[in-house]
Amino acid sequence: MTEITASRQSLLLPDARTRSRNAAEKRFRVYGMIAIGLAVLALCVLLVSIVSNGAGAFQQTFITLDVAFPEDKLDKNGNRDPAEMAKVTTFGYAPLIKSAINARIQAEGIEIEGLKKPERMISKEAAAQLRNFVLSNPEVIGETRRFEVLASGRVDGYFKGRVTAESAKRDKNISPEHLVLADALKNAGALETRFNWKFVTWPDASENRPEASGLGVAILGSFYMMLVVLVLALPIGVAASIYLEEFAPKNRFTDLIEVNISNLAAVPSIVFGILGLAIFINFAGLPQSAPIVGGLVLTLMTLPRIIIPSRAALAAVPPSIREAALGVGASRMQTVFHHVLPLAAPGILTGLIIGLGQALGETAPLLLIGMVAFVREYPDAPPEGLFDPATALPVQIFNFTQRADPAFVERASGAIIVLLIFLLITNSVAIYLRRRFERRW
Amino acid sequence: MNDMTMPEQTTKAEADYKFTAKGVDVFYADNHAIKDVSVDINDKTVTAFIGPSGCGKSTFLRCLNRMNDTIDICRVTGDIRLDGEDINDPKVDPVQLRAKVGMVFQKPNPFPKSIYDNVAYGPRIHGLASGKAELDDIVEKSLRRAALWGEVKDRLDKPGTGLSGGQQQRLCIARAVATEPEVLLMDEPCSALDPIATAQVEELIDELRQNYSLVIVTHSMQQAARVSQKTAFFHLGELVEFGETADIFTNPEDSRTESYITGRIG
Ligand SMILES: Nc1ncnc2c1ncn2[C@@H]1O[C@H](COP(=O)(O)OP(=O)(O)OP(=O)(O)O)[C@@H](O)[C@H]1O
Ligand SMILES: [Mg+2]
Repeated sequence: MTEITASRQSLLLPDARTRSRNAAEKRFRVYGMIAIGLAVLALCVLLVSIVSNGAGAFQQTFITLDVAFPEDKLDKNGNRDPAEMAKVTTFGYAPLIKSAINARIQAEGIEIEGLKKPERMISKEAAAQLRNFVLSNPEVIGETRRFEVLASGRVDGYFKGRVTAESAKRDKNISPEHLVLADALKNAGALETRFNWKFVTWPDASENRPEASGLGVAILGSFYMMLVVLVLALPIGVAASIYLEEFAPKNRFTDLIEVNISNLAAVPSIVFGILGLAIFINFAGLPQSAPIVGGLVLTLMTLPRIIIPSRAALAAVPPSIREAALGVGASRMQTVFHHVLPLAAPGILTGLIIGLGQALGETAPLLLIGMVAFVREYPDAPPEGLFDPATALPVQIFNFTQRADPAFVERASGAIIVLLIFLLITNSVAIYLRRRFERRW
Repeated sequence: MNDMTMPEQTTKAEADYKFTAKGVDVFYADNHAIKDVSVDINDKTVTAFIGPSGCGKSTFLRCLNRMNDTIDICRVTGDIRLDGEDINDPKVDPVQLRAKVGMVFQKPNPFPKSIYDNVAYGPRIHGLASGKAELDDIVEKSLRRAALWGEVKDRLDKPGTGLSGGQQQRLCIARAVATEPEVLLMDEPCSALDPIATAQVEELIDELRQNYSLVIVTHSMQQAARVSQKTAFFHLGELVEFGETADIFTNPEDSRTESYITGRIG
């Protein structure tokens, strides 16, 4: 009975069913594109806001001064005894800076009415910097050297638009006259805002000298922890997934293990922090704030997140490959290592990188094991350095956001940029490795 | 089950048997797939397993090199002996057994590696070649025997998975013969091959018969008749009839065999 209608239906005209099917498909595609569009938009907003906030952190304002190192102040007895010279504290160097900036102002012929305490232009870090320089180069005593010192956070903020004459009036750390002076010094070529590697290399600095704070210790700490995670979680995770997937008998016990691993992957990371505090610090007596403890905690957290995708990757290898290998007389071990593992490697790698990425960005468990401490000393090279105090990048970001000075806002965003760059690098490495493995069919 | 004195007791007639299977049952969980099957497989002969789809030919074939070990739910009972030795003895390493009893699977399953590596893999892990030249020889010889050499000799470094289905099956045959097994189990080796390649594989089977014992599962009555000397007919997990190929095809004893070979069941 449908024969007649069927014969009349032209192929050139879609029938009602086809039309509604095509419409449904079109709608679905639109939904998909909307979803992707929203995601891309959110990502763009995120990136733009972070970059616009954080780019300033990589720029810093410097002032060039000719600093005189008078012998009567720095080495009264004139015998260059390091122990005696070290008795002159950072405070003792402050007058040097004061006279250097005054000299510079005079030399440039700058006159500003009502200017008081021009040394406030300069970071408190500068005195410490000078002191370290003199202690390691005693021969400069009695001479005058050209120095580039950090401008204070407010002066720096002025050139980044954070500080204005208006806000300077209400600020006890800086006055509008200072800002006029800053402009004058800039015109004279004594002041410059430029790229600042020290943001990446220097350690953190105290609350009132944001201009001197950097991510050096945090980056090292994060790097050490990733090293620990990689060295422990990769072999343990891959070995565990291979054993569970390829060798372990299927029984109640292995089922139980499986359920537990899945549950562990879902445990909030802060719980691992408590566990780490109890086991590694209180019980095993490992030092607080040490990358080794952080690495161990993150390993515990990462292991299930590596094992689950690795097992999935192994299970996805077609059983016919295993049969083929066993059929020519390969042992189970040979089957796994010659055939199954290479095929599963891309999936395992992906899981590993996702696990590492999560570990790199993890903050909560590290707070509990004391990695939130203020650390100015770089940790030593591994392996000893693994036991030295350090912070981690995400914790450092958290630290920056906790501080009052508005200059830390840009530094927090700058630290996020650094963290994102590290994640980008690890992901690119993963993609590259995956391609390499996939090329082997 | 494990009778250490068995090999000396074997009679002259039994010594000619490569495989002797007695009372073999196979279960997939609750599915009784092979029911009390006893078969003796002669050395230097081709034995064909025929029967309708799902009757257990592959399952029984896989018992002979213990491939069923790899299936968790599969349980094999009964006595299977290779040269008088119980292959299910706990002391037997299935790896050693499979080196002696090669297998070509029903679905072509080349390794995702180069054609060369596919064939060379077995000889490599068993240490059959002492150098590159010798390995090259084995690869070429095996590919020639599998009637594949001409088609792939210029692309040995290309992936084996990039071959056509029939070529892949011949690659798997080459891979199986490269390890010089004493027994070769072939599960429908020609189901994906054209008549020319089929003829070549049948030629190979004939040639291998001079030295080896072969068991071949096939759905083609003509092929069974052409290449085999013995034929076993399976039906619903039972061995219905087993005997000389000529007898089975010309003069079947069981009515089910007759119906099957004349195309009335299956
Ligand atoms: N891996 C397995 N798990 C569970 N049951 C299986 C498995 N393999 C085979 N079976 C069952 O065992 C029985 C016999 O299967 P088998 O593969 O041996 O048949 P066959 O004779 O080789 O069929 P065909 O000619 O279609 O290849 C079937 O009922 C099948 O469902
Ligand atoms: Mg089959």
